[in-house]
Amino acid sequence: MVSMAENRNAHPGRPGHGPKGGFRKPKDMWGTLRKLMAYLGRYKAYLAVVVALLVISSACTVGGSYIISPLIDDYILPGDFPGLARMLGVMAAVYITGAACSFGYARIMVHVSQNTVARIREDLFARMQKLPLQYFDTHTHGELMSRYTNDIETVSEALNNSFGSLVSCALNFTGTIIMMLVLSPSLTLITFAMLAVMLWVVKTIGGRSRRYFAAQQKAVGEVNGYIEEMIEGQKVIKVFNHEHAAMAGFAERNETYRQAGTRAQIYAGMMMPVMGNLSYVNYAITCCVGAILAVGGGGFDLGDLAAFLLYAKQVSQPITQISQQMNTILSAVAGAERIFEVMEVQPETDEGQVALVRVTEDRAGRLTEAGFDTGSWAWKHPDGTLTPLRGDVRFDHVVFGYDERKVILHDISLFAKPGQKIAFVGSTGAGKTTITSLINRFYEIQSGTITYDGIDVRDIEKDSLRRSLGVVLQDTHLFTGTVADNIRYGRLDASDEEVEAAARLAGADTFIRHLPRGYATVLSGDGGSLSQGERQLLNIARAACANPPVLILDEATSSIDTRTEKLIEKGMDRLMAGRTVFVIAHRLSTVRNAKAIMVLEQGEIIERGDHDDLLEQRGRYYQLYTGRAELD
Amino acid sequence: MLKKLWPHAQPYTLWIVTGVGCSAAEAIFELLIPLVMSDIVDIGIANGDQNFILRKGLLMVVMAVVSLAFGVGAAICSSVAGQGFGANLRKAEYDHIQTFAFSNIERFSTASLVTRLTNDVNNMQMTLMFSMRLLVRAPVMLVSALVLSVRISMELSGVFLVAIPLLAVVVSVILVKAGPMFRSLQERTDALNLVVQEDLTGIRVVKSFVRQDHEQEKFAKRNQALKSASERAFGVVVVNMPIMMLIVYGTIIAVMWFGGQMVYGGTLEAGKLITFFTYITQIMMSLMMVSMTFMMLTRSVACAKRIVEVLEERPAIDDSEAELDVNDAECERPAAVKDGSIDFDHVSFKYSADSPEWVLRDIDLHIRSGQTVGILGGTGSGKTSLVALIPRLYEADEGTVSVGGRPVRAYTMEHLRDAVSVVLQKNTLFSGTIRENLLWGDPNATEEQLWAACRAACADEFLERMPDGLDTDLGQGGVNVSGGQKQRLCIARAILKRPKVLILDDSTSAVDTATDAKIRSAFVNELRDTTKLIITQRVTSVMDADLILVMDGGRVAAQGTHSELMETCEIYREVYHSQQEGVGIDG
Repeated sequence: MVSMAENRNAHPGRPGHGPKGGFRKPKDMWGTLRKLMAYLGRYKAYLAVVVALLVISSACTVGGSYIISPLIDDYILPGDFPGLARMLGVMAAVYITGAACSFGYARIMVHVSQNTVARIREDLFARMQKLPLQYFDTHTHGELMSRYTNDIETVSEALNNSFGSLVSCALNFTGTIIMMLVLSPSLTLITFAMLAVMLWVVKTIGGRSRRYFAAQQKAVGEVNGYIEEMIEGQKVIKVFNHEHAAMAGFAERNETYRQAGTRAQIYAGMMMPVMGNLSYVNYAITCCVGAILAVGGGGFDLGDLAAFLLYAKQVSQPITQISQQMNTILSAVAGAERIFEVMEVQPETDEGQVALVRVTEDRAGRLTEAGFDTGSWAWKHPDGTLTPLRGDVRFDHVVFGYDERKVILHDISLFAKPGQKIAFVGSTGAGKTTITSLINRFYEIQSGTITYDGIDVRDIEKDSLRRSLGVVLQDTHLFTGTVADNIRYGRLDASDEEVEAAARLAGADTFIRHLPRGYATVLSGDGGSLSQGERQLLNIARAACANPPVLILDEATSSIDTRTEKLIEKGMDRLMAGRTVFVIAHRLSTVRNAKAIMVLEQGEIIERGDHDDLLEQRGRYYQLYTGRAELD
Repeated sequence: MLKKLWPHAQPYTLWIVTGVGCSAAEAIFELLIPLVMSDIVDIGIANGDQNFILRKGLLMVVMAVVSLAFGVGAAICSSVAGQGFGANLRKAEYDHIQTFAFSNIERFSTASLVTRLTNDVNNMQMTLMFSMRLLVRAPVMLVSALVLSVRISMELSGVFLVAIPLLAVVVSVILVKAGPMFRSLQERTDALNLVVQEDLTGIRVVKSFVRQDHEQEKFAKRNQALKSASERAFGVVVVNMPIMMLIVYGTIIAVMWFGGQMVYGGTLEAGKLITFFTYITQIMMSLMMVSMTFMMLTRSVACAKRIVEVLEERPAIDDSEAELDVNDAECERPAAVKDGSIDFDHVSFKYSADSPEWVLRDIDLHIRSGQTVGILGGTGSGKTSLVALIPRLYEADEGTVSVGGRPVRAYTMEHLRDAVSVVLQKNTLFSGTIRENLLWGDPNATEEQLWAACRAACADEFLERMPDGLDTDLGQGGVNVSGGQKQRLCIARAILKRPKVLILDDSTSAVDTATDAKIRSAFVNELRDTTKLIITQRVTSVMDADLILVMDGGRVAAQGTHSELMETCEIYREVYHSQQEGVGIDG
């Protein structure tokens, strides 16, 4: 429980989940691409249009260049200017079509890619909501956040730019090669030889570049992790005059990153000049051989050579471009892979079929399902029968561990009858919070059973189960929004009066009215402007607003001073009246009036009974209780 | 803005200059090569001079190799400069944040500071790198290509007089339109990330209240907003390319028409006309590069602004008023804290100048060195704020806070905070071993000193049970210890400083009462001369204190010993009785 609780603090991504340019060699490239394609599949019609437009625009580009040579030979040299004007008109038409098509496909691609990315984001968020808590316990926030920030960004970038240019490069390349073959097969051979050299270079430089990129990503991860941890703990750094050490630690990691980054970027940056100049070499050789051919005659004239040289220059462009895009594409695939990994995690299992419904009860005690808030609840079984919700919770020989091998709770048996207040006492790490997390099925137990009104909790729909339990957690969490919004989180359709009533019940009304804009005050940054005690009061108000049949209060008042606690006691009593309540508290005065107190130690209930029983037993509870009396 | 950023790039001036030089040289070579080619066509082929052709061909290959060398040189220089600039900037920003007072940190929020240090800086270093490669190369190519085309034909070059201004207008219109769009894109991204972040931190709340659908809705709304913003922004960007193409093609056609007439008229050779086309493409390509780089720059300007904001933030608290030690013979060392006495002289405080209510109002109190002081008070009564003024985490707005007989402003922060040790309410352990964390208190502490501090903080019992003892790895944020254990380690860390004043801000809330009592008795025995301030909610924790302060609504409602307060203070009696009810039963 302990490590789980702490784990929820935001921490940076592991190495390899750094910022832009996230680079990891994809494990299953084709599988991931298939999944991406499935997303794009929705836009099949659009994509077909995109490809068609791409073909036209490439054809226009290639064709436009092809016209140049005959224009010189057939119109300019003979001086046929009306003909030239006509041909230029044709050329203009071709070019305009090309530009229009290329605008068309780019614009459609933006639409497709942004919609696809939005859908991936939405699906990812939806899936994330369904993941079991265990997953959030074992993955840092930074890691999950980077799915939304870095990974989706790389996919978006690749879809925006790379998809189109990949297709157009392939088309241009094919088109150019065909034209070259038509003009002069023998000269094309030179180009082929050169292309082979280029591919080899791409492979060599690319391989190095990938290795260094991986090192860079690791370094980025470490720098970002260090930054995140230090900035989070900045206040402690100040208190301990630790600024210099923090700077030194940073300088070291920053330097490692600089070195790794420099190396990676050098190789990435080399790609373009190397490829570009190799294409010049190709150009030069083609020039020489072409010139010799032209001088030698044989149906290959000046115009042909001019056109061919245009193509010779063009042919390497798609390859340079693809090699440039390769990093983007590979990062995108790796990013997509990480996104799909999250989406494919087994979601919380929910095989329950018993649902929670609102009911009305007639005089004879018969229950009828009602579609509105009646204040009474019942369980609706799959066969349609209704049984009233009473709040009877039983643990029968429950064994649990977050990790199969490490048992946290040993053989826990306990019962809470409707309306009873059950308290858990024990030192930190004894397993108190864990027990309450099992009632609302945040985690699955390993053996034993937990029943709720006689129904195995596994048979109850998870949402229904949780709706029936109001939880006030140890860690307070407030959302960005107004104070009223935060209280209303308990019940979204609560009216303003109900919100205020809940706040009064929780004793939060007074301080809320002192806020600059009262209930309309906007909280941000997890309610950072409020004191810890005030945040807890809001959390209680939220649970009060939800008005659930069963309450779990996990150290709900730990940061509230005892005097305020005393003041809100009445409200708390009213809140707890008639409900089954599970209370966890360090402060024994909070739990004294509980019906049963369970003393937990290392995952076992070592004592149980009411306050007086336990004092009589003179055991652990007695020790804890008198721990402060020792001082007298 | 540039003035603020340039100093961090300055150490790399040589690299930048060399890199720019390489880029420029590479660009020039790229233009010279077609010139050679045109020679081959016009002279070599015209004369049927194979020798000439081969010679020129070889020259071309040599030029390509040289150009390649320059290109690689540019890659190296730009990488070194870009990464170096990024590293310097990151370091400067990080170091500057270290000088921030609490109020500065709160103004930015930690999450935002992290982004400004990571993503924003990375973006800047990328920008410098690409600008060096593209932004320099493009104008060089543009100018040389223009010069060369003018050399080929002055008349024909007139075409550019139309094309280039047209292009400039189009690009600037797009840039002007895209700028605000990218800003709104950035804002909406932040808004979306906020929902995700809050969902992650509050996942238990979300699941407990079965609010997945509600969260999904919130997300979907922002997701849609982000989508439409990015579609709009990128929609404008994609206009760039086709318009460029149109202008390039228009130029080609115009050149074909006018150039064709010149060729026919004999004022221009056919080969030159072809070379001219090559230049057109090159000029237009370089203009496109410029416009793309500008696109990138619009996005980086936002990042640069955010970084400069951090760099320009003035630390709210600094050492400017620190005094020198009068007892020091040379009068050169700053004053040190003499003892642990604390005086508040009519102190008032609020967190922000424009908030209407005071957090602390007219506090006047005097604590002698070595006293143990308990501070009790209701939620939001100002306990934490009161003690935060002592190590000068915040600055009092009115009145003076003094430690050791001098105002806190008179010390350097280093001296003051060395003497005043605070265990914060929300405390943090850092990744690394327990030992490394404890050494924060005193880097030179011996093994015995470490254990002594742990014993005083009652951390020894669980440390002894850990197989690696002090060398246990805590994992990030101290995930491997429980809340109560963490608090005890934080206390041990604070004790190791051997402070003149030790402040515990509700630091034993997760520790059981018996251990709490043990820790306090250790304080009495081992920190005899240290002034101890203990904020707590348990009356029993402070009953035997020399002085108890009862805070209420930002004022000290009452002060005195336990027995005095029982006599005089209603609030205190109430609190006492609320906590003592149980004990009576058992005597």
